Amino acid sequence: MRILAIDSSGQTASVAVWEDDLTLAEFSIHAKKTHSQTLLPMLEAVREKTELAMETIDAIAVTSGPGSFTGLRIGSATAKGFGFALDRPIIPVPTLEGLAYNLYGTDKIVCPLMDARRNQTYTGLYEFVKKDDGDKYDMNVIKEQCAVAIEEILEACNEQACRNSDRSVIFLGDGVPVFREEIKRRVRVPYSFAPAHMNRQRAAAVAALAAKYYEQGRLQSAAEYAPEYLRLSQAEREKKEQEAANAAKMAD
Amino acid sequence: MSMQGRMEEEKEVWILAIESSCDETAAAVIKDGREVLSNVIYSQIELHTVYGGVVPEIASRKHIEKINQVVQAALDQAEKKLTDMSAIAVTYGPGLVGPLLIGVSFAKALSFASGIPLIGVHHIEGHISANYIEHKELQPPFACLVASGGHSHLVVVKDYGEYEVIGRTRDDAAGEAFDKVARAIGLGYPGGPKIDKVSRQGNPDAIHFPRAKVGESTYDFSFSGLKSAVLNYLNGCRMKGEEINQADVAASFQKAVVDVLVEHSMAAVREYGFTKFAIAGGVASNSALREALAEACNKEGIEFYHPSPVLCTDNAAMIGAAGYYEYLKGVRHGYDLNAVPNLRLGE
Repeated sequence: MRILAIDSSGQTASVAVWEDDLTLAEFSIHAKKTHSQTLLPMLEAVREKTELAMETIDAIAVTSGPGSFTGLRIGSATAKGFGFALDRPIIPVPTLEGLAYNLYGTDKIVCPLMDARRNQTYTGLYEFVKKDDGDKYDMNVIKEQCAVAIEEILEACNEQACRNSDRSVIFLGDGVPVFREEIKRRVRVPYSFAPAHMNRQRAAAVAALAAKYYEQGRLQSAAEYAPEYLRLSQAEREKKEQEAANAAKMAD
Repeated sequence: MSMQGRMEEEKEVWILAIESSCDETAAAVIKDGREVLSNVIYSQIELHTVYGGVVPEIASRKHIEKINQVVQAALDQAEKKLTDMSAIAVTYGPGLVGPLLIGVSFAKALSFASGIPLIGVHHIEGHISANYIEHKELQPPFACLVASGGHSHLVVVKDYGEYEVIGRTRDDAAGEAFDKVARAIGLGYPGGPKIDKVSRQGNPDAIHFPRAKVGESTYDFSFSGLKSAVLNYLNGCRMKGEEINQADVAASFQKAVVDVLVEHSMAAVREYGFTKFAIAGGVASNSALREALAEACNKEGIEFYHPSPVLCTDNAAMIGAAGYYEYLKGVRHGYDLNAVPNLRLGE
């Protein structure tokens, strides 16, 4: 089985081809050019070097949000185009789950942090658990991905780690440089930061996790798939706030 | 199949066209540039009406939900498969960057996965080319007025795919002025069709609004002064406690816009000696503008061309027509094609 994976949810653009527990190719860049200009040329390089025929792809994995609205659009519209042309399903991979999967097998609590601006972070909490007699880990979601204030997720880290005194927390993602001071100030349990080769979105991790989701039947048709932004547009948010304010006024 | 039959079949050029530059998700299948096999438009207008205009983020999100279905419908209605296509044409500017990126990213993926060549098309070139679909006999050179919610251009069409913009708006687009005035007199969004309708009950000479001249430039437009004049008039009425006649204001405003558009257009026709004049864009649906231009062209003794309303609004058939001529010229775009929100015509 072959999976083509795409991640353009953050500043890193990444594409990978997964085949039966092997990464055939992975190409990631962290650059200033827009994903619109880089993503497909990167995949073209992968296709050329691996002599990949697109018809041999069984499913398309894509990080389904949250993330940069523009980045999600480019990745998702590309995936939907592939799904359309090849008549293949999409495996949506929640961005924070894909990011956390970089740290497969760790005994630490994994806390991916993305800079969501407006004093928020896109985040979640994850751990890796081994079934009784198994030889592989499953990723367990402790806290579903969400958009929250940094204090909130750091407090959740403290709580979770305190429940089991052996555990520490590992942070990764583009939110780490943004929130480093906050982490230093607020985290009261042992913690560490993931190193450069695993601290940003990587399509190979997205693909490996997507392979598990594929087995679980977590697929969508290319037509029905759309990213989840975890946030309303500014216009919708302001309209809601206005309506809430009006309702409050009426109640007075 | 005979050899001759096969060769004739190969001569046919099929274009799948995609358009998502604003609030319409559209796809079409076009044969040989002028024959429309399908022209599917999913309009989001109702979503944006409550906000009084197009909200780019909402538009972008809707495009991504609808694009597969719209493209599928276009192929189904044409009874064609993606692999039957000679090329995929997509609008890459000008327009709203988020919406544009959906069409561009999707079209690039289709091209990448199928090996079918990709052609990026200028949105305005599409509007102009709508005339090729409507009028099979029309050929360049001619002059064309493109007026819509986002654009007001006076264009010399020298040849297929060769343009010179001789006049453009310095501020608001014509359609934008319609939207703003419609909001001010309580008609709401979208302003163009609403003002057009109400104006039929009004007196276009009831109020004299200014016809703006833009410095030395014969062909450039300015509509923000006119919009301000309407707002000032409304304020004046309210201050004096006078009743506002909505239909008269609408008709008088519309006449001011139409007068300027017609005058500049005919000045260009005379200066350049064209025998053919065309209009395009959403505002080209305006009945008063059509009538005035038909009369003016008749007086000048030149042919007047205008697309039917479905081809005036944003649609993909027009992108397919423009894409066809780009295809014949050998234009092909790479997988690094990007959305260009302020793309200029003729560059």
